[in-house]
Amino acid sequence: MIATESLSKRFPRVTALDRLSVDVGPGVTGLVGANGAGKSTLIKILLGLSPATEGRAEVLGLDVVTKGPAIRERVGYMPEHDCLPPDVSATEFVVHMARMSGLPPTAARERTADTLRHVGLYEERYRPIGGYSTGMKQRVKLAQALVHDPQLVFLDEPTNGLDPVGRDEMLGLIRRIHTDFGISVLVTSHLLGELERTCDHVVVIDGGKLLRSSSTTDFTQKTTTLAIEVTDTDEHPDGTRAVREALQARGVAVEDGSGLPGAGHVLLLTAQGEETYDLVRDLIADLGLGLVRMEQRRHHISEVFTDHDEQRDEQRKEAVGHGS
Amino acid sequence: MAAEQSVQTPATAPGDTRIHNIGYRSYDGPRLGRGYARLSLYSQSLRGSYGLGRSVKSKVLPMLLFVVMCVPAAIMVAVAVATKANDLPVDYTRYAIVMQAVISLYVASQAPTSVSRDLRFKTVPLYFSRPIETADYVRAKFAALASALFILTAAPLLVLYVGALLAKLDFTDQTKGFAQGLVSVALLSLLFAGIGLVIASVTPRRGFGIAAVIAVLTISYGAVSTLQAIADVQGSGDAGIWIGLFSPITLIDGVQSAFLGASSAFPGGVGPDQGEGVVFVVFTLGLIAACYGLLVRRYKKVGL
Repeated sequence: MIATESLSKRFPRVTALDRLSVDVGPGVTGLVGANGAGKSTLIKILLGLSPATEGRAEVLGLDVVTKGPAIRERVGYMPEHDCLPPDVSATEFVVHMARMSGLPPTAARERTADTLRHVGLYEERYRPIGGYSTGMKQRVKLAQALVHDPQLVFLDEPTNGLDPVGRDEMLGLIRRIHTDFGISVLVTSHLLGELERTCDHVVVIDGGKLLRSSSTTDFTQKTTTLAIEVTDTDEHPDGTRAVREALQARGVAVEDGSGLPGAGHVLLLTAQGEETYDLVRDLIADLGLGLVRMEQRRHHISEVFTDHDEQRDEQRKEAVGHGS
Repeated sequence: MAAEQSVQTPATAPGDTRIHNIGYRSYDGPRLGRGYARLSLYSQSLRGSYGLGRSVKSKVLPMLLFVVMCVPAAIMVAVAVATKANDLPVDYTRYAIVMQAVISLYVASQAPTSVSRDLRFKTVPLYFSRPIETADYVRAKFAALASALFILTAAPLLVLYVGALLAKLDFTDQTKGFAQGLVSVALLSLLFAGIGLVIASVTPRRGFGIAAVIAVLTISYGAVSTLQAIADVQGSGDAGIWIGLFSPITLIDGVQSAFLGASSAFPGGVGPDQGEGVVFVVFTLGLIAACYGLLVRRYKKVGL
């Protein structure tokens, strides 16, 4: 779907992309990076709107430098920022955008009605966009990116500004774009956690460099940190401490969840496999405590960087080891 | 039978109105590409310039100005018919010059609506993520506003022409005058559209755009006509003519008095002769081209 080869983009003061080489196949691909990591710059280059300083890129097998218009006819784009005029209705706006993609008037109307229904906008689509909630606006933005039935769609931070429910709905919708609509997706986010659940493949970039590109299962296997929260009972007034001591007695390393919400009541431990879950369950049952939650902690992007740093440190140690 | 049917109808009706999830249908119809997209943007912008396809509120001003523009022409026709005059009270070429305040107001209100909205609500990136290129966007917007202005300025001329024919004025004379008037307002539409769009495309704020366009058009005209009057009083008519290059309306006036048989609105009624007129034409066309170039440059930067 997408292939870049030592793609670089330098501005007078910053290097937005630094010799980036990635291959993205069909399916849902997450592009993760902190703000300013070069995600939006990459999308602009892939749409053929901004020339790269060096390197090559292809989208759907078309060169971005020479085949810009052809790419943009078959690709959808949902920008990160607001892009909707408030004084027109969603229907009018999306019809106009469909025609801007080359759809004849009748087809534009039909596709608009279909697409708005698929993203979950019904009666409200005849009202001016100005009165919409953030979630509805995001849906309109998504609809205009899908209305011309592209082969590939770029979604720039589609969950920005949404509440948790809206976020989940949007992620579900993104999943459906691929499974039900057959359209491949490149979705950016600065939260690795939410992309894990949605994407088949995740590409992590930082400072314009490729940090990691792997399928999501690789990421989830690495996610071994469990967060546990328990209730207190009369027998154990500080249930959290009781569990910690019991776990330590069994030789399991436990951390306080400092820095997390509810710190002091949350325990973090590294799961070695299935048996750790059983162990925790049995221990808590033995103590007669209630288990409030036990969940896999979601990765934050910073942890990937930490991993990366550790790997690098290890590599350096090895190198030193070999050297001596 | 009839009764049976009427019983059946309500029973099936709820089933018909239920929304079925028929799943996603892909599109394999034609994709008409860049030229069509540009045309769509043109027609949408042209309609928008008269508030069509937009809220009722945004229809008020352009429609009002259109009416204001045409009413004097209708009155003139009525007078000409009633008094059985031999000629219309105002030349075709002179009409736009007389009504320049209305035209300026129209440009000031509609140029920002056309481009500032896209900048303000950041819709521009959406256009550029589609098959069109920067130049297509600029051309569509430029052509749309110029067409809207042409409709505004040519409609009263049409009223005058039809009226003149009804009043049985000389056909050849009137047709020639009407044609000259159309050429003149076409040039005026292009020039005003260019100037209006260049100014409006700098600011995403509509209010600033409106104020800036009005300021540029009225101040330049005010300054030029004052200087021309001074030059006329001091007896240097030549200088007065050249000063006319520096405001859009006097520029058009100069072109049409040199080539389109118009009587000049310059002080003393003396416009540029044909030699000087060439400079006016070149200057006008150059200005229109410069506006186009500036717009393309501006949108190259806006991009995404």
